[in-house]
Amino acid sequence: MSQLSASPRGIVSAPGWLTPRLTVIAALLLIFGLVPVYAAVSGNSFALALFNRILILALATLSLNLIMGFGGMVSFGHAVYLGIGGYAVGILAKEGIGSGFIQWPVAIAASAFYALIVGALSLRTRGVYFIMITLAFAQMIYYVAIGLDRYGGDDGLTIYRRSQFGSLDLNNKTLFYYLCFAILLAGIYALWRVINSRFGLVIQGARSNERRMRAIGFPTFRYKLVCFVIAGALCGLAGALLANHTNYISPAMMSWPRSGDLIVMAVLGGMRAVFGPLIGATVFLLLEEWLSRVTDYPNLIVGPLLLVVALYVHGGIDGLFGRARRG
Amino acid sequence: MTNRSHALSRMPQIMGAVSVAALALAGGPALAQNKTVKIGFISTFTGPPAAIGNDMKNSFELGLDHHGRKLGGLPVEVIYEDDQTKPEVGVQKTQKLIESDHVDFVVGYIWSNVLLASLKPLVDSKTMTVVTNAGASQLAGELCSPYVFSTSWNNDQTPAAVGLYMNQKGVKTAFLIGPNYAAGKDMLAGVQSTFKGQIVGQELTRWPDQLDFSAELSKARETKPDAIFAFYPGGAGVQFVTQYAQSGLKGQIPLYTAFTVDDLSLPRLKDLAIGIPGAQEWVADLPNDANKKFVADYKAKYHASPSFYGAQTYDAVGLIDSAVTAVKGNLADKEGMRKEMEKADFKSVRGAFKYGNNHIPIQNFYLQDAVKNADGSYSLHTVATIVKDDQDKFHDKCPMK
Amino acid sequence: MLYLIEQFLNGIQLGMLLFLLAAGLTLIFGIMDLVNLAHGSLYMIGAYFAATFADWTDSFVLGTVLALIATLIVGMALEVIAIRRLYGRDHLHHVLGTFGLLLFFNELVRLIWGPAGMTLSLPSEMLTAVQVLPGLYYPVYRLVIIAVTLAVAALLYLLVMRTRLGMLIRAGASNREMVGALGINIKLLYTLVFGLGAALAGFAGLMQAPILTVQIGMGENILIAAFVVVTIGGIGSIRGAFVAALLVGLVDTIGRAFVPDLLHRYLSEAAASGLGRSLSSMLVYVVMALILVVRPEGLFPAASR
Repeated sequence: MSQLSASPRGIVSAPGWLTPRLTVIAALLLIFGLVPVYAAVSGNSFALALFNRILILALATLSLNLIMGFGGMVSFGHAVYLGIGGYAVGILAKEGIGSGFIQWPVAIAASAFYALIVGALSLRTRGVYFIMITLAFAQMIYYVAIGLDRYGGDDGLTIYRRSQFGSLDLNNKTLFYYLCFAILLAGIYALWRVINSRFGLVIQGARSNERRMRAIGFPTFRYKLVCFVIAGALCGLAGALLANHTNYISPAMMSWPRSGDLIVMAVLGGMRAVFGPLIGATVFLLLEEWLSRVTDYPNLIVGPLLLVVALYVHGGIDGLFGRARRG
Repeated sequence: MTNRSHALSRMPQIMGAVSVAALALAGGPALAQNKTVKIGFISTFTGPPAAIGNDMKNSFELGLDHHGRKLGGLPVEVIYEDDQTKPEVGVQKTQKLIESDHVDFVVGYIWSNVLLASLKPLVDSKTMTVVTNAGASQLAGELCSPYVFSTSWNNDQTPAAVGLYMNQKGVKTAFLIGPNYAAGKDMLAGVQSTFKGQIVGQELTRWPDQLDFSAELSKARETKPDAIFAFYPGGAGVQFVTQYAQSGLKGQIPLYTAFTVDDLSLPRLKDLAIGIPGAQEWVADLPNDANKKFVADYKAKYHASPSFYGAQTYDAVGLIDSAVTAVKGNLADKEGMRKEMEKADFKSVRGAFKYGNNHIPIQNFYLQDAVKNADGSYSLHTVATIVKDDQDKFHDKCPMK
Repeated sequence: MLYLIEQFLNGIQLGMLLFLLAAGLTLIFGIMDLVNLAHGSLYMIGAYFAATFADWTDSFVLGTVLALIATLIVGMALEVIAIRRLYGRDHLHHVLGTFGLLLFFNELVRLIWGPAGMTLSLPSEMLTAVQVLPGLYYPVYRLVIIAVTLAVAALLYLLVMRTRLGMLIRAGASNREMVGALGINIKLLYTLVFGLGAALAGFAGLMQAPILTVQIGMGENILIAAFVVVTIGGIGSIRGAFVAALLVGLVDTIGRAFVPDLLHRYLSEAAASGLGRSLSSMLVYVVMALILVVRPEGLFPAASR
């Protein structure tokens, strides 16, 4: 566990046990583990739903973190994969194919395929042009979804049956929650493995100096493309989970402010930390929920807060627990 | 928590199991010792449509005032939630009201798409629901539910009334335009269901972000129809009517509308709204006593005119009061409340109406027109009754009898 | 044929509006290297100011002039208080920070003006259509938008190419340190440029206010379209923004007007209507993606940066 919290590149900076970062992460995991118990005791199943949503969006943010934080590819259209994953589940469910063994792989494969197309065409652009072209590709699918009259068009589609996994009943909210939790932890572990692999080092090298990496002989374009596809696939899985969670899909899942939300959560949590997305999603979504209860004008606070984070909190909230080594 | 998710598609079986489930719920510990009526209220309180949400909220509050803040003798607690015009937010807020706040009633819903998205948790949890605006045709048809009532209409009824009026006016060809979402499609289908002339063109525009209709208005001019029919609710209605006037079409091709000119848009449209007919099941000058009291007190309290959104929401208070009174405050007796609500036995501001088997009102639709008053203000007036005791066309598809 | 010309005019008018918004955006992009998502907020504020001042003064023209000045001041104040601190940061931080500003301004406007939106009424002489060709009527006000924007574009060209300020702007875009080293007050220059961009955005907002809307969030959808224009045109290029704005305006309008009908000839009614709507809505993005695939830095890439 202590290794998971370490900085990327596998350089375990602090061998000491109770660093502040580790304490916070351990506490966070403990809280997430106990939410279903609290929900069962208090009868407040909304808390369970809220935290479940956080877990799923943390998974989506995690996938964005891979390309944006570690790969330096700022995608302003990442929510499109949430949408593709969700629509894969919704469309199959509507057509009578309820098996999760089909739905989820299709969700992942479809997202990966679209990421392959987007990546292949976009990765030759740089900077703001990359931000804008990823946005354009997201908008295209957004409008395709609006045109799908059979699947509700602009209004979206209610999913009447969650994915079927044999005897595993996803309608059981506690079970579904722990499933999402497990998938997120597996995702975090996988990300940690990826960024510390040779592949991950090339990606991070390309972020800081692509020309140098190419000069040493790495085909960085191909590496980045693979990275982009992995992120798309992972986000597609998050989309499948989200569709099951809300029992509902709509084009709004992939509208551009949603992509903005993912960026906010990624930066807020800490972009180059593997637990950053979980922290970011937790703080952002709980803050949103809390503010909407205490004030009629929540964005008067959220807005300036984002500006402050952009200006002063480098490395996000994770960065507050001491500097992680950067590439 | 027990798992209460069912497939809505198995509606007939669910219907059969209704009484059993109601009994099971009646014994539930959370609901047994109710001392207050807890009402969750979902509407839009942010963004431009907040004007609609506020009108609904104001009317609901006024209704509670008129009942001494007690329904069926029990004190009332209302929790207002904002759907932000987004279906996915609407579902989330609906779930919160049901699962976290354990409300007895859910009231509200402006938008058809928000309602359709939220329907599954409402039906699954058998929460008593009063829809006060959204009129998605699925709700009147295959997705009707024993505990869901509407105080508004089905989407296609109002435009169908407009279609009848267009026939009366001898319109032979028409161009239809509306936004591309559930209600927009229902509305255009509604006109076509009664309009006997020829449809020469039909446009569904991007919703809610398309606000420039120049290309569509040019198209309408090109097809040279006798009339244009438009459905644009809320602020979009102001834009459409303004652009219609400014394109020079006003005076050439008359415009017929549904939900486009209302008491909320009138103060912004002013003279532009004059001469544009619309249909509605409620108009501020309907002569019954309940309505006079509602309109007068609303104007006194909020210094503005109520809209049909408010009127429908005001009616929800009376409907709930009748239900809670009938079961003598035993809110666990959903079956008893359902039976009472089906009678629609309360003083509606639109005048008396009946419920169809699908819990959608069977009611009159009136022709309304904007007029300028002596003091320079504008208001909507009833011109004629277009259709009496109109029932939606989807009630046959509803499995409830 | 007349119908085609009419739709062309619609496209040009939309393009002109986009140009006003994109010109400020591309100036700020090119000179300060800043991605400004709050540009749409200034567009919104311009419209709200115009509606308010026109109401106070009872004059459309006076109201718009006052609104223009007010937006300029708001823009410069915004630059001094917040935007200035974002220069030199990562684009990602620009996106995050200005996204925050966008949320803030939407909420602030709701607090000040209420949620309902406002109306900026046209003088009645503009509320009609004139005959531009035999048999072709076109709304007067839309023609006014086209004419006024062309005038602004010409002024902007003169400002950038023929004045000392323009010279500094061009110099600043190509070599920031050099301009600073020459003793020019670069901070002041940036504030002025941002104010100019804000004023252009506000101008776009108030010009469209009478025909579209004055409401919260009005800047967001058109902002994305303006970003598309800037990207297609090439960041920092006003000429590029002009060409791209016309292109986007025409593609969008022509798409909406003709694509669904075209599909009807080959497909069933139901299939064509869904597909047609999707296709016409996404046409602009397809065009942008195609252009970027062929020319990764837009149509008129900045010469050197």
